[in-house]
Amino acid sequence: MASLKLPYMATAALSGGLFGAGLYVSQMVDPLKVLRFLDFGAIPSGGWDPSLAFVIGPAIVVMFIAIRLGRRRDAPLFDSSFHEPEYRRVDGRLIGGAAMFGIGWGMAGICPGPAISLIAFMPDNLWIFLAAMFAGSLAGSVIVPSGHARRLADAQ
Amino acid sequence: MESFTPLTAAIGGGLIGLATAVLWLGNGRIAGISGIFGQLLPPAQTVVWRLVFLVALVAATFGAAWLFPGLGMGGEVPAQLVAAPASWGVPTPVWLAIAGLLTGIGTKIGNGCTSGHGVCGLARLSLRSLVAVIVFFSVAIVTVAVTGIV
Repeated sequence: MASLKLPYMATAALSGGLFGAGLYVSQMVDPLKVLRFLDFGAIPSGGWDPSLAFVIGPAIVVMFIAIRLGRRRDAPLFDSSFHEPEYRRVDGRLIGGAAMFGIGWGMAGICPGPAISLIAFMPDNLWIFLAAMFAGSLAGSVIVPSGHARRLADAQ
Repeated sequence: MESFTPLTAAIGGGLIGLATAVLWLGNGRIAGISGIFGQLLPPAQTVVWRLVFLVALVAATFGAAWLFPGLGMGGEVPAQLVAAPASWGVPTPVWLAIAGLLTGIGTKIGNGCTSGHGVCGLARLSLRSLVAVIVFFSVAIVTVAVTGIV
């Protein structure tokens, strides 16, 4: 199994590190900044902060190039195959889940990446959010039936 | 502090893209945080790399804040989460617990979050991810409008 080798772990560490730096530099870690971006109601008054719209474009472009490069190979550098999500259907679970996440994101301005990276600053109540997010994730795997859960897990 | 920050946002976005690219080309894994986080418990046999990734993520956030203080968070003003809107009469810890619960359940059932669907999925031209992004983004905008939290 490739997954305990040093290059594999170093890659995971490098990726996590770049991710954390990106979340900080882009200011995605700041819940209020995120909420001000989501506050489209402030557009007429000029109070809208569109900054975070500039985060996703460069991220997608870089990843798109990586996906293209990967397509020319049979396998990634340190594992035997690409773990490409296999589940393709747009179904009620996808839409319902995304809607629930949207409510949570709009309530707190924290998506899962920033939730973890905020551990670096230990703001009040962060542990409550993290514990609830973890509990929710566990509850979600109970709600989704088992065969389906396994396919979803494989696709992640 | 200037509130409109497109340049640092774009640089940060590039770093996030690089992070997902490294994990994909190196280990063939999608850097979706809800997926990495949501499979930290057995029976997932891939707990170790997930932990390594998340620890590095927190450490790098800390390091970046030390190198560039006050840019994202943790400068002179102590980092804080938002308070529940006063008009709703819900204590902030309860508000955040509900938000966290919805985020956890939603990203598990919907199989991804801002990174897994938003960055990786859209870069893979996945229809599922496009639908998910449109839904969670619109719902979040409506939620902010309805709650009046800003």
